[in-house]
Amino acid sequence: MALSNELLQEQLTNKFGEQLTNWEQQFDLLTFTAPAEKNIEIMHYLYDNETLRFRFLTDLTAVHYPEKAGEELCVVYLLHNLIDNIRLRYKVYMPISQPDVQSVTTVFSSANWQEREAYDFFGVNFIGHPNLTRIMNVDEMDYFPMRKEYPMEDPTRRDKDDEMFGRGGSF
Amino acid sequence: MTELQQHKHHIKLSEESLQKQTTTINLGPTHPATHGVFQNIMEIDGERVIETVPTVGFIHRAFEKIAERRPFYQITTLTDRLNYCSSPINNMGWHMTMEKLLKIKIPKRVEYLRVIIMELSRIADHLVCNSVIAVDAGALTPFTYVFQTREHIYEIFEEICGSRLTTNIGRVGGFERNFTEASFTKLNAFIKDFPRVMNEFENLLNRNRIFMDRCIGAGPISAERALNYGFTGPNLRATGVDYDVRIAQPYSSYEDFEFSIPVGTVGDVYDRFMVRNGEMWQSLSIIKQALEKIQAIEKEFPEQKNIFYAQEADHFHLPPKQDVYTKMEALIYHFKIIMGEIDAPVGEVYHSVEGGNGELGYYLISDGGRTPYRLHFRRPCFIYYQAYPEMVRNGLLSDAIITLSSLNVIAGELDA
Repeated sequence: MALSNELLQEQLTNKFGEQLTNWEQQFDLLTFTAPAEKNIEIMHYLYDNETLRFRFLTDLTAVHYPEKAGEELCVVYLLHNLIDNIRLRYKVYMPISQPDVQSVTTVFSSANWQEREAYDFFGVNFIGHPNLTRIMNVDEMDYFPMRKEYPMEDPTRRDKDDEMFGRGGSF
Repeated sequence: MTELQQHKHHIKLSEESLQKQTTTINLGPTHPATHGVFQNIMEIDGERVIETVPTVGFIHRAFEKIAERRPFYQITTLTDRLNYCSSPINNMGWHMTMEKLLKIKIPKRVEYLRVIIMELSRIADHLVCNSVIAVDAGALTPFTYVFQTREHIYEIFEEICGSRLTTNIGRVGGFERNFTEASFTKLNAFIKDFPRVMNEFENLLNRNRIFMDRCIGAGPISAERALNYGFTGPNLRATGVDYDVRIAQPYSSYEDFEFSIPVGTVGDVYDRFMVRNGEMWQSLSIIKQALEKIQAIEKEFPEQKNIFYAQEADHFHLPPKQDVYTKMEALIYHFKIIMGEIDAPVGEVYHSVEGGNGELGYYLISDGGRTPYRLHFRRPCFIYYQAYPEMVRNGLLSDAIITLSSLNVIAGELDA
């Protein structure tokens, strides 16, 4: 029987129970949030389980939410079951003061550079990564440029203010 | 060790290299054989590659950061510069991501026109890649020969959108203007001419003894390793896995077309070459089918001839300039879009298209503002180039060069 989002949610809830939260479906893609320390366990389960078979890591990236206290950084995994042709997204949140998450390079070789990229731009510390160094930016860089506190434009430019992009401001 | 040798190396040499057992060479960043800005620090023993360490990021332009400060319609130009050999596919992928977020339904005629553009750029992309494999194997003729055909494709793009390489083609909701008569004439001429060129190209290389000897067995990868490394596109299909986004998650009405997915067996350079050749024939067939479907639509509903975008996308589709000067609604929409007064809905969307090199994904998080909150490009090159050291290990140096070109790693897509 082919997998569906409902079956998937049921099976994962049976296995991990209350640890998985924020279940939602946007554009037919099932998404949930997992605790950061359970990351590798969930990944192994999704990979090894004979009905789930999520054996293709499509995408791995990070997002910064400065206003979410205690879970400012988010790592997003997008997995694909190529046999049943179904995708699954899950997120782990970490505090920016201690952005630790288990590396999934032991499961997917493709995670290697993607995790380095997430480290390079967001400062996510992937524990167990074989070579967690900067990949795009220069080695000497001492900050994580994709974090929201670094504005891209010249701060004196009024036309690039937040209010011009519909976020707060006077009009 | 002399004082000269003791100077602080930025590149750490291995013990064997220091003892002159092996040689460390620096391939790239700018080397004629790398076709782009790629650096590989290689440890070689005679002609044999022991280890290679790729360096990436030479042309990193922080697109994901820039995109957070750009209104949605301005991001198209960033996607142009990812895989610049097939930028229309990137443009369309971005438009479709936005349309998915906005829940806009595109008219069939527009979708078929998009399919034509995307398949043309796939042909252009594969032509470059395959002919460059031949260049790296020592044959310059096919390269110069097929570039004439690529030029024809670029002329079609030019007729449709005004530019050639970084096309910025189309808008959210459709195209910026309707296809002209001349573009269909050029398209028909291309369809008529391409099989002859392609046959000649295949005649030159497919069963060419020298070419086969160079390609067969060079840079192989198994299906298991390829999947683990996140391969997609022709490189994955060359290993025998028939994953294609056009089939797995059809977009832009690909489900209406009849085409097959060529696959290889061992995933070496020759398989990748043959898979790309096969795909070009399939693309040609898709273009023909799309033209037939468009003609059928126009015959049945003659008024459809003038439809080149979805009406419901008005809030995001920049209206044609002549309308802006003559029609009230168009002027209002133009003003609102340019002044950035239109908010997108809140949502998270992942959309992927089958790019020239594989699954090109857009992960867009919108917080309801006028720019993305976060936009991540899933660039196929970046993900599969990781496998390069494993693929060339224990092979010859010349095989490493030909493997690099057969992977079709595009610097723009690698570094984003």
